[in-house]
Amino acid sequence: MKRNLRTSVALACLLFSLLFLGAREARPANGAKAAPIRARIGVISILTGQGAGYGEAITDGFKLARDEINAKGAVNIELVIEDSGAKQEQALAAAQKLINSDRVVAILGPTLSNEMKVVGPEANASGVPILGTSTTAKGIPQIGKYVFRNSLPESLAIPASIGAVVKKYHVRKVALLYGNDDVFTKSGFDTMKEVSGRLGLKILTVQEFQKGQADYKAQLTRIASLKPDAIFCSALYEEGAVILSQARKMGISVPFVGGNGFNSPKVVEIAKGAAEGLVVATPWFADRGTPKVKAFVARYGKAYGRKPDQFAAQAYDALYILANALERAGAADRGRLRDALAATRNFDGVLGKFSFDAGRDVEMQPVVLIVKDGKFQPFH
Amino acid sequence: MFLEQLVNGVTLGSIYAIVALGYTLVFGVLDIINMAHGEIFMFGAFVGMLIVSKAGAPLPVAFLGAIVVTGAMGLLLERFALRPLRKAPGVSNLSSLISTIGVSILLENVAQKVFGAGNHLFETPFAEIRFRVGGVTVYLVQALILFVSLALMTGLALWLARTRTGRALRATAENLATAGLLGVDTNLMITATVVIASAMGGVAGVLVGMAFNYINNQIGLSMGLKGLAIIIFGGMGSVYGAMAGGLILGIAETLVVAYGDSGYRDSIAFLTIIVVLLIRPQGLFGQAAPGMRR
Repeated sequence: MKRNLRTSVALACLLFSLLFLGAREARPANGAKAAPIRARIGVISILTGQGAGYGEAITDGFKLARDEINAKGAVNIELVIEDSGAKQEQALAAAQKLINSDRVVAILGPTLSNEMKVVGPEANASGVPILGTSTTAKGIPQIGKYVFRNSLPESLAIPASIGAVVKKYHVRKVALLYGNDDVFTKSGFDTMKEVSGRLGLKILTVQEFQKGQADYKAQLTRIASLKPDAIFCSALYEEGAVILSQARKMGISVPFVGGNGFNSPKVVEIAKGAAEGLVVATPWFADRGTPKVKAFVARYGKAYGRKPDQFAAQAYDALYILANALERAGAADRGRLRDALAATRNFDGVLGKFSFDAGRDVEMQPVVLIVKDGKFQPFH
Repeated sequence: MFLEQLVNGVTLGSIYAIVALGYTLVFGVLDIINMAHGEIFMFGAFVGMLIVSKAGAPLPVAFLGAIVVTGAMGLLLERFALRPLRKAPGVSNLSSLISTIGVSILLENVAQKVFGAGNHLFETPFAEIRFRVGGVTVYLVQALILFVSLALMTGLALWLARTRTGRALRATAENLATAGLLGVDTNLMITATVVIASAMGGVAGVLVGMAFNYINNQIGLSMGLKGLAIIIFGGMGSVYGAMAGGLILGIAETLVVAYGDSGYRDSIAFLTIIVVLLIRPQGLFGQAAPGMRR
């Protein structure tokens, strides 16, 4: 008797839901446009405090993409934007709210790798796909099968720039220089060393420096005496620009290869002419002439009055990747969306052709840039 | 390469020495460590930068401007941060240490507001001029730094040893009360000391700008710490100690990078200081005061 009751209740529920769903899901036979897939997507970003500049660029990128996607009509996206304040615990609370009370189908963000380390496992355990747009640290997609990112890790950027320089200038012997008191520059150096080994380059010397150091003459004199073909330098731009300037003044004219920390227009601003010959790899280059990039830069400029940076571009592409996966999934369902997202291959965005590899990490070709005539230009 | 690195080391060392001289002069007379000295030095660098890079005036004007501004800062520092504490009864030496720390934080923040954070280019017209002396490449800037610092150190040593005011200053340093009884205007001497020390900081600031091409509002802290280490190393209050200590530290740091591991630059340099202090606790040129031996 009890069992019968349960079955009939379940049946009744099923019937009811079919009835309601039927109205929306049934394909109209008369050829009119299909009703869009409605999806509520959570965003966790830094909106206040230190790092709010990143959050602003990122959410601007999302909003621009949302308006464009909704105008097309196949997918209708509602963004629920939460502030993490660059704090792990606040990011986690925001994620729990998005997952449990807003019932979002996916989460974009958070901004920092540190935040992802706590938010990622929570989303993964709840079966909510989460896509980081600015998290470059090691081990992010490895958190679990619901965790993705579309931000280019240094371990992909540095080999691209080193490879291009080695090929063009026939580099055999190199000198390495890095800041030994910063996790970011240290990990960039580790990648440089590994890539040098892989390419069979002879490492003449490894020189270290500390943040805020003013005098690099001793290190540079030593490097100059060994006559390397190129210098691989893992530094943030403040120190990097000073190193470049002092090196050029000493007559060291070989190319410099920098990591992502070196990739800032500020380098040219500080080092002026000495920045010439600096090579970096980046996922985003605003002056790339493709129609997609031109259109994005124009629309972003019109909406927000400035040029989109790397963070805005990565966010913009991320929402498009998500919308594309939603279309293929056919419904705003967390599990189906995850599978469709994982199957993303050769997505054509403003960052170029983008795929997720088998481990849900980034697979793309970064742009290699060189400083020439006072600005970053494509390196050929 | 050894000689070139030695030139690098001597250049760095002579800048250290001038920074340390500023500390040691004030300590010798007032028995306090002027924690604001590093920031006054930083202001000297910025004033020099504005004159040379922004206004395009020649280098001597930059030195003059830096001396005037930092000298005036020294005057204000003595008048408002040191003298009130010296006059007040029952105030310990630590109070003036704290008040100078306050001034240093204030100056660092003001510099950030006025000049902005980050590096500023210090352009000198002859930064790339170099010549070869017996197979060693020497930059004109390095030669100039050496010349200015040697002139400054000799001038200071002569002034202290030979002139009437120099003697009065040494008397004030020896014993404030006795010097006062003997007719020395001790307040004037103290003010003069702080002003001279600050002006030397200003000169050092311009030299740093010339040597490294870049300055930011944090250089006061890093250079100041080195300066403090040097006066302990050379002997508190000893002028010759500051000179020798600065040169030794500069050369040691450079040679560690040249022949050792650049990651250990500061640790080996400071290890040298610790070893010397274990052998000579009063520092290289310091005299253990009778009252201090306990």
